[in-house]
Amino acid sequence: MIEWFTWLQVIVAAAAGVLCLILGVAKQPPNDYSLGAVLAVEVLLLAQLVVALLAPAFGNEPSGSPLEFYTYLISAIVLLPAAGFWAFAERTRWSTIILGVAALSAGIMLYRMHTIWTAQFA
Amino acid sequence: MHSPPTDPSPVRTRSRGIGGVLIAVYGVLALAATGRSFVQIATKFDQAPLAYLLSALSALVYIVATIALIKRGPVWHRIAWVTISFELLGVLVVGLLSVYDRELFPSDTVWSVFGRGYLFIPLVIPVLGMIWLSTRSREHSQKRV
Repeated sequence: MIEWFTWLQVIVAAAAGVLCLILGVAKQPPNDYSLGAVLAVEVLLLAQLVVALLAPAFGNEPSGSPLEFYTYLISAIVLLPAAGFWAFAERTRWSTIILGVAALSAGIMLYRMHTIWTAQFA
Repeated sequence: MHSPPTDPSPVRTRSRGIGGVLIAVYGVLALAATGRSFVQIATKFDQAPLAYLLSALSALVYIVATIALIKRGPVWHRIAWVTISFELLGVLVVGLLSVYDRELFPSDTVWSVFGRGYLFIPLVIPVLGMIWLSTRSREHSQKRV
């Protein structure tokens, strides 16, 4: 995991989540802004997957459980498209809020992934 | 006589509405609990079998509750009530036990310390679920009358 890249992702995910919640509260059905923001989070997650797979080859190994790390990462990668499909199936403001919840969840999961990767054992 | 063009979206709105958000949050919790218990059972089941079995059970209950909230009909409605009640009981009992006796739950489950690891969502969401189920059943019975 690359530290600045991970924090960038957490910030993007949080911003996307807040944006979607605001748009949802403003009664907007899913639109280019909310779906685009969530798409950006998803693309960054896929980039994170590539980074995580390659990092050990460059001497950047997770100190926590890799299995736990990848369970979070794969869950986050699956979560956002699921919210996206929902947004296409049901074009109401509530789907925008669901997009926001999913993006915020992805942010929290990224933070957890960071603590697993850099876990310190006393 | 022509019938006015029907717009399907209002029906959809009424069908889910804010309940959709509830279902989505349940889905995320189901995913989180499943992921965690999968890791726990795969890597360190021997350390705390009770806590990890409980993790797996809670994951299963969240999955069933999510499905029951999506599905319709009286049977699913009852399943939703049972699973959500079970969750509320689980988060209260395990929450209390984990506060008073950390030995019993050395490792985290979704319900430990009232779901602190999950922003206390496990404590709040069953209550919201119950409120939503009761309003939905009220609408249902009004429609039938």
